[in-house]
Amino acid sequence: MAMAPESVFDRLEHLLPCVQKPIQYVGGEVNAVQSDWDAADVRWALMYPDAYEVGAPNQGVQILYEVLNEQPGVLCERTYAVWPDLEALMREHDVPQFTVDAHRPVGAFDLLGLSFSTELGYTNMLTALDLAGIPLMAADRVDGHPLVVAGGHAAFNPEPIADFIDAAVLGDGEQAVLALSDIVRDWKVAGHPGGRAGLLERIAKSGVAYVPSLYDVEYLADGRIRRVLPKLAGIPWRVAKHTLMDLDEWDYPRAPLVPLAETVHERMSVEIFRGCTRGCRFCQAGMITRPVRERSKAGIAAMVKRGLAATGYEEVGLLSLSSADHSEIAEVTTYLADCYSDSQTSLSLPSTRVDAFNVDLANELSRNGRRSGLTFAPEGGSERMRKVINKQVTEEDLIRTVATAYAAGWRQVKLYFMCGLPTETDDDVLQIARMAAEVIRVGREVSGRRDIRCTVSIGGFVPKPHTPFQWAAQLDHETTDARLALLRDRIRSNREYGKAIGIRYHDGKPGIIEGLLSRGDRRVGRVILEAWRAGARFDGWSEYFDFERWQSAASIALADEPVSLDWYTVREREHSEVLPWDHLDSGLDREWLWEDWQAAVDEEGVEDCRWTPCFDCGVCDQMGTQIQVGPTSVEMGMPTARGETGIPLSPRADSMA
Amino acid sequence: MSRQPPREFVAPVQRFRIRYAKRGQLRFASHRDFQRAFERALRRAEVPMAYSAGFSPHPKISYANAAPTGTASEAEYLEIAVAEHCRADDLQTRIDTALPPGLDIVEVVEARTPDFVQRLEGSRWRIALPGVSPDAAQRAVTALLATHDVVVERLTKNGMRRVEVLPAVVDIAVTEGRAASVAESSETCAIMQVVLRQETPAVRPDDVLAALRSVADLAPQVPPQVTRESQGPLAEGGNAGGITIGDPLAADREA
Ligand code: B12
Ligand code: SF4
Repeated sequence: MAMAPESVFDRLEHLLPCVQKPIQYVGGEVNAVQSDWDAADVRWALMYPDAYEVGAPNQGVQILYEVLNEQPGVLCERTYAVWPDLEALMREHDVPQFTVDAHRPVGAFDLLGLSFSTELGYTNMLTALDLAGIPLMAADRVDGHPLVVAGGHAAFNPEPIADFIDAAVLGDGEQAVLALSDIVRDWKVAGHPGGRAGLLERIAKSGVAYVPSLYDVEYLADGRIRRVLPKLAGIPWRVAKHTLMDLDEWDYPRAPLVPLAETVHERMSVEIFRGCTRGCRFCQAGMITRPVRERSKAGIAAMVKRGLAATGYEEVGLLSLSSADHSEIAEVTTYLADCYSDSQTSLSLPSTRVDAFNVDLANELSRNGRRSGLTFAPEGGSERMRKVINKQVTEEDLIRTVATAYAAGWRQVKLYFMCGLPTETDDDVLQIARMAAEVIRVGREVSGRRDIRCTVSIGGFVPKPHTPFQWAAQLDHETTDARLALLRDRIRSNREYGKAIGIRYHDGKPGIIEGLLSRGDRRVGRVILEAWRAGARFDGWSEYFDFERWQSAASIALADEPVSLDWYTVREREHSEVLPWDHLDSGLDREWLWEDWQAAVDEEGVEDCRWTPCFDCGVCDQMGTQIQVGPTSVEMGMPTARGETGIPLSPRADSMA
Repeated sequence: MSRQPPREFVAPVQRFRIRYAKRGQLRFASHRDFQRAFERALRRAEVPMAYSAGFSPHPKISYANAAPTGTASEAEYLEIAVAEHCRADDLQTRIDTALPPGLDIVEVVEARTPDFVQRLEGSRWRIALPGVSPDAAQRAVTALLATHDVVVERLTKNGMRRVEVLPAVVDIAVTEGRAASVAESSETCAIMQVVLRQETPAVRPDDVLAALRSVADLAPQVPPQVTRESQGPLAEGGNAGGITIGDPLAADREA
């Protein structure tokens, strides 16, 4: 057996006094697992490729960390992106990329798992590989180098990073990481048959993960893809996503991590369901996580109770893609609010649904607190636009909803919109100004106050794979910026209401690069490498993002190709075009997606299959899954499947009674 | 739906003074990091805290003279107020168990006397200078003490601040030893024992090091390791007739 690698902390320690927020590199989280290197035969390093403050709260990593560490013979530690100040010192002093758990060098692990919720983490992956001494190109790795595995939503199109990763897992990771661990263990026990290539072949054949190097991509003369095909017999033509079917059985994280360093989420999260079938056409998350699978109310209550006792957090967030949509959410929030009315614990429900019910929920959760701000997401400025994106909210709904909110004592309403949606015109976006003014007018009327405010927050739309908009042309950044400038002027020029309306937006350039990385193919890997070599890091952070660097990287890297940055972004695709991710199966039927794209252009909506009959998106058929929603029969506070009791939620509630 | 009034004030029935340590890797925790960790540990340990009134009630905790980020400490102090009667030894084990290793509760004493913070007159800091010989350190210290006024600049939240160092320096002694947390194989180096008076604005070990750099060019290649060893009332005496630091909890223990 190989010797346990030494901790690099001694070498890192002298560097820490010279960097910003050194505590983020120290680990020491409450509930972090100390595991015995020698007792494990499969060792994972899991990375969230962004700063610790963003990555540490991520539920995906926390879940997989626990699931893996619970498994006999498996060890898992975590690593995060280091900021450029530490990166420079690590290079100077020859300190490798390390885990925060035991400060072991990442290069010593069997697997390096990367969690990509966004494509903007790709350059940080390259930094980590490079600091770890792992060859950037998968083809240059040999036996003994970790197997680099991508997961998370962005892994549904891993083609732009195909040259850098060994494998990609699509969908829920819980069972997939265990299956991968078994494959790696068997291969090690058998004496590494076939070397690294042999291991990759085993993984590809199992269907657990997609192994890009075992597929050939052929191109047409005009740059489009001709076809993608497996190189070996026995390897699936299409690789399917994983779907976890019983959230109550998988009640992770059971002991959430409590970081010492300050993070973006200073609270505990409980995931109340997975998937979303509202069918918003721009939403990749909603499309690729189908079907809806709810955690039962008893399961939620038990997780809240156990998690609070294990963490000491003072706030719990009920997390999902659209939390007000849980079929038993009213019972859950009332129950939790009752349990906490005596304690110093608060609850939050991130939900942006535009209806009165959502306001009721927010009222319930703020029973004892101050009513500061509420957020709604109509997403499209005009009625027409909302039909295109399938956000079924009328202006009347919106005005009625915000009126209810202001009347209930809320002072500030935030409205989320997108700019650059397919078929959008200047006028569609300018409607936002009118709507916001109307919100303030009605708000003043119902509340009788002049100090109410409304903030309009606008994000640039980026077409994503596996959505009906995967064929759409992205709006160029010049037009995006011009449209937003028009909107800003329109809002500011409103003498009566303009001062009560805040507006927040970013320029259109970062969206173009996100678009390139989202819908790119393998040739985009060269652009990523070029941009990284030119210094690209932390691309999700405006202070680090440099559009010109990416632009020039794209022109250098694609100089000999018939394709370009524009070709990948602002070009509309045709039905017959082979898309880079067509061989990756999210369950959605390609024809259904195309029809939905056509329906979008025709401004027609679809319903939510939770409340109305199945509309054959293909997922359940293809994946052998089904929707899982309430009502559940088990009462809250009653023993759940795992024999937990849900009452009381707050330990302090009884000691103070 | 009707709005309920803000939460009531949960009145204190008893106060405790706590000495805690910040050790090893966790010395990189800032004071804010420690505060969050401590408040969460109180909740995990189910300590019946007293709370302030208002929309966002805070547990009643007062912190004194926290050591800077990156500095280890054996002698940090804080005071908590509880809403139910507690036993000091029980609190000590419960809170210590709930805190991550490296943040350790050294002692808990019920508060029975006033003016605790005034008793924290000064601190003894151990400054290990890896790679610096005791002779070199002694020469620099002698040079520093021979000057009259040394002003160093420090970046604070409110911009650059000028700090006069010497008035706060009560004593500096140089010995030989090992840097605490560096690998065992490491060589011995200079250890400075510095006693600093608590002043406003506070003079920190970093300022003394900056002064040594500016007066005597003492610039260690490896960052020094600083530990606050004790904190309390200053008194003449001790074996060498120098300055000693008393136990600030003695009065409460004996009262
Ligand atoms: C909390 C949250 C945040 C927080 C905290 C971020 C964090 N680190 O968690 C904050 C506010 C900072 C944030 C920021 C952003 N977020 Co966010 N966020 C979320 C939210 C609500 C929850 C994330 C979560 O914990 N999910 C639950 C876990 C269990 O799911 P998971 O992470 O996907 O993990 C599972 C699988 O993907 C897989 N898996 C994950 N990693 C790996 C790794 C390996 C090796 C394997 C095998 C498997 C695997 O296994 C896990 C368990 O099944 C999601 C919505 C949602 N419900 O998912 C959006 C979401 C992930 N965010 C999103 C976006 C766009 C962003 C931003 C880019 C927004 C922006 N424009 O700035 C930034 C980027 C942040 C960054 N640089 O990483 C999008 C991603 C869009 C997409 N393509 O699907 C989502 C889906 C929201 C949405 N509806 O669009 N976010
Ligand atoms: S197949 Fe039908 S039931 Fe399943 S997610 Fe799609 S629309 Fe909903």
